[in-house]
Amino acid sequence: MAPILEVRNLTKKFGKGKETVTAVDSVSFAIEPGETVCLVGESGCGKSTTGRMVAGLLEPTSGEVLFEGKNIKELDSTGFRRYRQSVQIIHQDPYASLNPTQTVRQILTAPLLRHNKVKNRADAEARALELLEVVDLTPARDMIDKYPHQLSGGQRQRVAVARALTVEPKFIVADEAVSMVDVSIRVSILTMLSRLKEQFHVTFLFITHDLALAKYFAWEGRITVMYLGRIVEDGPTQRLITDPRHPYTQALLSAVPEADPELAHRKRQIELREAEIPSLLNLPPGCTFHPRCPYFVPGQCDRQVPALEPLDVGGRVACPVRKHEHVPLLV
Amino acid sequence: MTKGKLDWQMDEQQNGKAPLSLQNVHVSYATRRGKVQAVRNVTLDLHAGESLALIGESGSGKTTLGLAIVRLLPETAQIEPGAIFYRRNGREVDLLKLDRNEMREFRWRDCAMVFQAALNAFNPVLKIWAQAWDTAKAHGWHDKEAVRRRLVELLEFVQLDPKRVIDAYPHELSGGMRQRVLLALSLLLNPQVLILDEPTTALDIITQRTIIKLLRKLKEDQGFTMIFISHDLAIAAELADRVATMYAGRIVELGASEDIFYRPRHPYTLGLIRAVPTVTGGFEQLFSIPGSPPDLIDLPTGCKFHPRCTFATDRCKVEEPELEEVGPGHTAACWHWQKVEEELRRNPLHRGVLSVLEAVSFNEEAVS
Repeated sequence: MAPILEVRNLTKKFGKGKETVTAVDSVSFAIEPGETVCLVGESGCGKSTTGRMVAGLLEPTSGEVLFEGKNIKELDSTGFRRYRQSVQIIHQDPYASLNPTQTVRQILTAPLLRHNKVKNRADAEARALELLEVVDLTPARDMIDKYPHQLSGGQRQRVAVARALTVEPKFIVADEAVSMVDVSIRVSILTMLSRLKEQFHVTFLFITHDLALAKYFAWEGRITVMYLGRIVEDGPTQRLITDPRHPYTQALLSAVPEADPELAHRKRQIELREAEIPSLLNLPPGCTFHPRCPYFVPGQCDRQVPALEPLDVGGRVACPVRKHEHVPLLV
Repeated sequence: MTKGKLDWQMDEQQNGKAPLSLQNVHVSYATRRGKVQAVRNVTLDLHAGESLALIGESGSGKTTLGLAIVRLLPETAQIEPGAIFYRRNGREVDLLKLDRNEMREFRWRDCAMVFQAALNAFNPVLKIWAQAWDTAKAHGWHDKEAVRRRLVELLEFVQLDPKRVIDAYPHELSGGMRQRVLLALSLLLNPQVLILDEPTTALDIITQRTIIKLLRKLKEDQGFTMIFISHDLAIAAELADRVATMYAGRIVELGASEDIFYRPRHPYTLGLIRAVPTVTGGFEQLFSIPGSPPDLIDLPTGCKFHPRCTFATDRCKVEEPELEEVGPGHTAACWHWQKVEEELRRNPLHRGVLSVLEAVSFNEEAVS
């Protein structure tokens, strides 16, 4: 199947001269329709910047974003508008992403009317009520006249999802969409998002720092791991979490605290050579993980930037040294 | 540091009393809308050398409880009724009866609290050394060299380079380094009890692991008595000997870490566990807890969890259950804890090493 979204050598630099930071460095991947892909990594790895470029909110310094096979830079104004509607983003903080002076009614009807998705105000309102049902904000009649401050964090995030759905997107970038929501409610939002996949055939790019959530949400999909602006490993979720090959993926998985005492105490402890993450302003040469990597090979890792190479077990990895080694995560 | 530990444990053996006992503690905040009942009727013994985790959602009263122990609550808060007994070297005091000066001495020297937002806990215009020296002076140390030696020792203990850190301003350090400096400073006066509020929240995963390792070292090698406050169940699983689940200001379940994670008896604890995924464990269907946490000004009648509980009956709407024994050293406040047990027999939790995923072999699949 042709990918719905593809990025090729996507690069984003911020700043000028000596102060230049390469937030995203030559990132390439493709996502097929209906697939769920999770972009994971620690803060500063470029996952959100990548998401913003995919959603067209940020212009890449170089490289291409292709939506339904077309380079978005080469689209005419009608085509570009269609792309902007087809790709929606849900931000992390629903306190900040909703206008505090507007009611849910205004938040939802404005885009419906603006993009001619409905004929008139009455239709817009009917559609807004339907969307509130879709995101499980019920009874919809009681919710529609509320202001964001009258809603809980979870409810606000549902409004943000409903707003994204007004323009009938085909692709949704969810950037840390549940990390500010209480644990007990998180799952219901994830379940609701999963249902949208089926119901509206939406393809998801789910950005998170939480590997356990990524595993749960993209169990049948794929995980892509980023480190300091580059993809270090990707692959089918079930392979990546049971048989990670990149030393950084292994370090990350072994470091995640587990909500299970037995697992917590039997996790392999991977000692990094250096605990602190390097600054983006002063990146190490070669593989950027080499100063911390326990498998560092002098003369190789600090000279060449490793290419992402396909793995026999599925996916790609950017580590020629360790790509054939299986490391069990429990001991 | 080792000496402190020995005194402490002998003390409990001699008189059989826990170093810190909370008895029937209530905390409320006065607001314009009415009284916010943040903590209700908490009775808890903290044993020497143990680490206890307080878990629960935001608004469950866990941080308020921590702040009540060091009495750093805002002025609108009232701790009444209740008593918090603190025992050291055969002496026993009720912390709630201490005056300002006695309380100042107790804080940091006997019990230190490490706060959640590591940056906000520092004075931004003072170097790390100045912050340490201020604290030491306030507690009657005059020997600058001795304080410096102690600080260097502690910074090394938390795996920081003292030369790099001691003359740095807080903003010059990364989040993980700040959290470690804070931990080192909290140990400055050799306290016996440490209260850590969300010690790893907002830190990156690999940094979280460094802090967890450090806290384990503190617990296992130094025998510190610690209270962890966290919304993150994983912190409890990684670090706690005992876990207390809090809901709407009360402890609703208390037990050994294994009991709480593998044999929960309160529907709320079970709900929390079923809402949180693991990474190395197998795939498990997760469930949310319906509804949202209660309004602390206008609490539901009876059991405060009944509007969200799938086990609730009419009795739960009227009568609030007390903690009762459900197993050795394991208590839960639920009229229907036997039904939770039955439910777990029908739908067991997929937890522990047995649930672990085997590495998926894509090659073999291709062959067969």
